[in-house]
Amino acid sequence: MSETVFAPWEDPNEKPLIRFQNVTKRFGDFVAIDDLTLDIYAQEFFALLGPSGCGKTTMMRMLAGFETVSDGRIELSGQDIGRVPPNKRAVNMMFQSYALFPHLSVWENIAFGLKRGSMPKEQIAARVDEMLKLTRLEKFAQRKPHQISGGQRQRVALARSLAKAPKLLLLDEPLGALDKKLRQDTQFELMDIQETTGTTFVIVTHDQEEAMTVASRVAVMDEGRIIQVATPAQIYEAPNSVYVADFIGDVNILTGTVKSAGDERYHVDWAVNQPPVLATSAKPFSDGQECHLAIRPEKILISPTKPEDAENAVQGKILDIAYLGNLSTYHVELPGGQIIKAQTANTRRISRRNFTWEDPVWISWSATAGVLLDQ
Amino acid sequence: MRRVALIAVPYAWLLTLFLIPFLIVFKISLSDMALAIPPYTPTLNDGLAALIAGLDFENFVFLTTDDLYYKAYLSSLQIALFSTLMTLLVGYPIAYGMARAPQEWRATLMMLVILPFWTSFLIRVYAWVGILSNEGVLNQFLLWLGLVSEPLTILNTTTAVYIGIVYTYLPFMILPIYAALDRMDDSLIEAAEDLGCSRLTAFWLVTIPLSRNGIIAGCFLVFIPALGEFVIPSLLGGSGTLMIGKVLFEEFFNNRDWPVASAVAVILLLILIVPIVLFQRNQQRQAEAEQ
Repeated sequence: MSETVFAPWEDPNEKPLIRFQNVTKRFGDFVAIDDLTLDIYAQEFFALLGPSGCGKTTMMRMLAGFETVSDGRIELSGQDIGRVPPNKRAVNMMFQSYALFPHLSVWENIAFGLKRGSMPKEQIAARVDEMLKLTRLEKFAQRKPHQISGGQRQRVALARSLAKAPKLLLLDEPLGALDKKLRQDTQFELMDIQETTGTTFVIVTHDQEEAMTVASRVAVMDEGRIIQVATPAQIYEAPNSVYVADFIGDVNILTGTVKSAGDERYHVDWAVNQPPVLATSAKPFSDGQECHLAIRPEKILISPTKPEDAENAVQGKILDIAYLGNLSTYHVELPGGQIIKAQTANTRRISRRNFTWEDPVWISWSATAGVLLDQ
Repeated sequence: MRRVALIAVPYAWLLTLFLIPFLIVFKISLSDMALAIPPYTPTLNDGLAALIAGLDFENFVFLTTDDLYYKAYLSSLQIALFSTLMTLLVGYPIAYGMARAPQEWRATLMMLVILPFWTSFLIRVYAWVGILSNEGVLNQFLLWLGLVSEPLTILNTTTAVYIGIVYTYLPFMILPIYAALDRMDDSLIEAAEDLGCSRLTAFWLVTIPLSRNGIIAGCFLVFIPALGEFVIPSLLGGSGTLMIGKVLFEEFFNNRDWPVASAVAVILLLILIVPIVLFQRNQQRQAEAEQ
């Protein structure tokens, strides 16, 4: 089973499709990309994730050829593409605004790139029809972009950028303009299309949920640097820093000092009036070292009485309840004033809920629930 | 009821300020010249029956007998067409440059385009006399540079008329084109390049078609007034330039032949209706496309 898992980044013999080598991009004094090295492999669905201004869009624009590299080199299939203009690259981009040509019909928009080459007319027509079919737009071929809905426009933009069968497709916030429900459906559609065409996709997004859903690997960026590159599951369960843990999903961070308890187990002294909590870490920590324990809210159990066999248990009272329908997040205030978030799935109807505001409760988690981080 | 009242306002406006004056001019064009005040006959004082009986198309027939008129019309059309084309060639790069300029510069550039309107049109055209005459600023400058040994004769030629029209109507060309280019999303050009266009083909296939409505609007805004232009040809063009506006003026004030002058005006209006209707249709289509 494990052989069929798609993970070219773990194979040392695999050649990357795109290689960023010590790439730096400066705009005047501002450093947008800071000495960045990254490999992206063929057929990956790679997500660049980060807050606005982190440099993710600049990276994409360098791949498309709209920005030049200040230092370092970018390789596509082993060739330096630093000086290749955008119209000579086997790379296509789907723009955030879609950038559909308003004076051309859907059909002509998709054919636009194909017509620039020396492809014969019948072949162009066949390819456009294929793209229309792939994106289920056959009925709208003769419409102008302003005559179709936002979701359809998004699919036209995708069809147009895929029409030339690029080695690499860049997607800049492709679903940003769609409403939530449509966005979720479209995410799966994107994944299907990526799989069908076998194209390498690089997507830029600030929406962590979107990145987690669609991507085979996610790069979390901040201030022109890549903080962590890993699969969505690794990013979520084993973040390498507080920044990543905090950026992806909800998290409780307990900051304190560690003391070894033997066998990859550590006591974390995190509050003066609380007993130390127990955590495990494969990464060694020295006694007295400062650390951060990151625990996801859904890994924290909440119970009315003190659980017998829990490795870590603290008492507090419920300060706030955020009811999300399928989940409820409880904000539990500890005697020292710290607030811990605990999340439970609402498997019962709301009328039979166990806890309410001001209720004294126990929260507990196992030693393996959290991740011990040094930065 | 309120809706009727609301529509009545523009209708009343157009009726009193456009249709009634036109009807008066049209009526005069069907009259005969007379040494009287007003200088035509018949008038309403003669009674309605005599008035209607006295009207005929004599003056329109007369316009076809003297080749001065059709030559003036043709020459006006030619000058208007050619100067519209030149205004476009000068105006488009300016509008393009303005639309591509950094955001903080655009208001200033726009101001510079509009600034000449703060001075009287007549004074600005007179200023060109000072620039273009044989002893004018331009010739002195060229002589000083040593590019010419004798002053160039520009004033009182058709060239001066072209310069005057292009200068005067340039803002009317720039503004609609700028408006169209300014609205354009820059990522469209990037998308075109991304799909394999060079800068030039992207300009040709995307920028030009998307500024089409601006180009059409600008061309009409220049062509329509240029066709009946009177001040520029009479101040800069001299006697060699034949334009219908000048003929019209001469008929009215030099010959005091109001009926023939009115006939010339009616024909000019009929010629202009075609581009005006086309202009209206362009504006309407643009409005629809933006919805």
